[in-house]
Amino acid sequence: MRKNLNVIAAYSIMMALIILVGIFQSWNIALSIFNLCLISAVMTMGANIQWGYAGLINFGIMGYTALGGLAAVLISVDPVQEAWSAGGFDILMSLWLIIAMVLIIRFILKRFNKSKTRTYSIAVIIISGILLIRFSAEPGIEAIEAVNPAKTGFLGGFGLPIIFSWIVGAFFAGGLAFIIGKVALGLRADYLAIATLLISEIVIAIIKHEDWLTRGVKNVIGLKRPAPYEVDLQSTDWFINLVEKFNFGKLELISNLSDRQAELNQLVIEGSSIFVKLCYSGLFLTVVIILLILTQKALYSPWGRMMRAIRDNEEAANAMGKNVVKQHLLIFILGSAIVGIAGAMLVTQDGLFTPGSYRPMRYTFLIWVMVIVGGSGNNFGAILGGFAVWFLWIEAAPIALFLINFFTAGMSETHALKLHLIESVPYFRFLMMGLGLLLIMRYRPKGILPEKIEIK
Amino acid sequence: MDFLNALILLLNYIFIPALTYGSQLALGAIFVTLIYGILRFANFATGDMMSFGTMITILFTWYFQSLGISLGVFPTALLAIPFGIFFMILYMLSIDKFVFKYYRTNKSPPVQLAMVSIGVMFVTQAVVRIIIGPSDQRFFDGEKFIIKAREFKEMTGFNEGLALKSTQVITVLVTIVLVSLLFWFLNKTKTGKSMKAYSDNEDLALLSGIDPKKIVMITWIIAGILATIGGALYGLDKSFKPFTYFNNMLPIFAAAIVGGIGNPFGAFLGGYVIAFSEIFLTYAYKKFFMYILPESMEPESLVQLLSTDYKFAVSFSILVIVLLYRPSGIFKGKVL
Repeated sequence: MRKNLNVIAAYSIMMALIILVGIFQSWNIALSIFNLCLISAVMTMGANIQWGYAGLINFGIMGYTALGGLAAVLISVDPVQEAWSAGGFDILMSLWLIIAMVLIIRFILKRFNKSKTRTYSIAVIIISGILLIRFSAEPGIEAIEAVNPAKTGFLGGFGLPIIFSWIVGAFFAGGLAFIIGKVALGLRADYLAIATLLISEIVIAIIKHEDWLTRGVKNVIGLKRPAPYEVDLQSTDWFINLVEKFNFGKLELISNLSDRQAELNQLVIEGSSIFVKLCYSGLFLTVVIILLILTQKALYSPWGRMMRAIRDNEEAANAMGKNVVKQHLLIFILGSAIVGIAGAMLVTQDGLFTPGSYRPMRYTFLIWVMVIVGGSGNNFGAILGGFAVWFLWIEAAPIALFLINFFTAGMSETHALKLHLIESVPYFRFLMMGLGLLLIMRYRPKGILPEKIEIK
Repeated sequence: MDFLNALILLLNYIFIPALTYGSQLALGAIFVTLIYGILRFANFATGDMMSFGTMITILFTWYFQSLGISLGVFPTALLAIPFGIFFMILYMLSIDKFVFKYYRTNKSPPVQLAMVSIGVMFVTQAVVRIIIGPSDQRFFDGEKFIIKAREFKEMTGFNEGLALKSTQVITVLVTIVLVSLLFWFLNKTKTGKSMKAYSDNEDLALLSGIDPKKIVMITWIIAGILATIGGALYGLDKSFKPFTYFNNMLPIFAAAIVGGIGNPFGAFLGGYVIAFSEIFLTYAYKKFFMYILPESMEPESLVQLLSTDYKFAVSFSILVIVLLYRPSGIFKGKVL
């Protein structure tokens, strides 16, 4: 108990902060901060597995998040029959072509020894394959995008409950990580960082512009929910009764019957959105707890010890007979898959998929700030980092506004500098993130909750 | 005649824009490569540092414009650039003193320095957005065109017009002058040679009495000059928007690595490699083929290899291919 005191203290402070937001701002805001904190925590756990356990630097988090989001769309949206009949055949043909291309390349790689001819012939196959696919898929893509472009214009998905997409998203992200890992894991740390950053940009470019698959920048809205809708809740009896019971004392004070009914309606509307958010919190919390148990088990297992050994001294671990390349690839896939889950969760919560919103600042660098600030290598630290940094990211604007008003209290309300500062309040969050990261890296380089290796 | 028309078409839509864009990338890429070669880390704050220098230049341009100072046909910004450079160097040196120096003296691994540069990136981005705001700023004045497309058509009687913007000429000329000065400095002067030595082998350089403090300071000064001029030229030619500058970091990195990181000459050429391939692969060649092919063979589609949406993806794919097959870059990297 004693040695975990700092963990408990840090988490209690975090919870207290969120509760304070609930009391002073509103419970709605507090809960949405809490939900996004949970999603951030899942992302940081993924990044932490790669960076903290294995020392692999991955700046492609944005790409995996977006793929998880794509999974949510492909799983939950109902299939668009017209589009399938218009262009489905061409798309399936291209899919077969891609598979054939990959198989041929694999065959060549296995069959022939490394030589210039082999490299060139593979290049020729890839280029001609891409051209062939473009020509065969072009009419199909045009036909699909022409089907009711204002509403669909894409193939749709499988029409399954959106919850499944959390697993599928993990597989998508893991698949991408497998490809990237095969390609880039041999690179030195900083090259790997740049390569993953650029590859994630390519992934976003594809998601943004392949309208037949994702609707691109036209966005997919109104995704199915795992939680009930507010409108339905507001007309169900048990929910109204529940709200009435909760606010019995408050309602009792109002004697006028119609006033009382109006007040109750207001409370039901507020309560319904809080209830929906609570449903999400429950789901997300389950995921976080399951992942936490699994990652903790992994960290203290022989496998976790091996990963740390590889991280701390690759050559020594290699000499002890550990397959460094294979383990690196494995952990790269595992971490990315977890990020993929988070991406699907994020889209599930928002109920919409907006490819244009995936930006490296928010989805890659911010997550890295969370990992570094929280404490790399320590799962509790990573989760705490997710919570603390996201909380600051959201509450930075009110804090900055307060500080500006405090320091410019002497100035008149119309002073140009004051007005300019108040106008640029949203950008103070970048300043706080940057300063926070720099201070932590300088004075507490292991993070708020540093890595602790216990031998059990 | 048709052949000449086709050539002018390519010149107007591919060659000149790519040359300009390539010069702007090249300056940024040399900046990245110098930092990587001498200070030994990947500087993720590249794009935002460039936007900081440009911002100062813009502020001074506005100030001069309000005073009524102008350069006539040239943009006023040219006059403001030296001031931009001065404040940029001050900013960089103070960042180095308060942030990077600690990690350098502690001999931290490069990855840690890269992480620190992310912190610098956040802070710089915030400072720029707080001071000048996130929106588009145009600060170009003076004569916009040297040759207008219509005038060119009237003058020569060709079907295709050739437009030459003054910013394009300025960009290319300034780049040539700056880069030749830089290479002269690196190859011929004593300080430049000692920088080379420091980049090749730090310990040996220290043993032979090279002062590391001086090397680091000169590196930041050169970096400040390159970042401000590169950023200001980009802003003059297109427009200034902090987010675009942040995004430009990616093709700049690609250029530096393609050219062989740590090798300034490679970075210089890498900028053009990236710019030309981006524009070559995303240009629609329909009109070009209409000129050079007989009428019966005219293409029906746009003859575009990739849609312009994938402009960025092109440079990144080149980078990935280079990283896979020649991780040291086209020109052997890590020699300054």
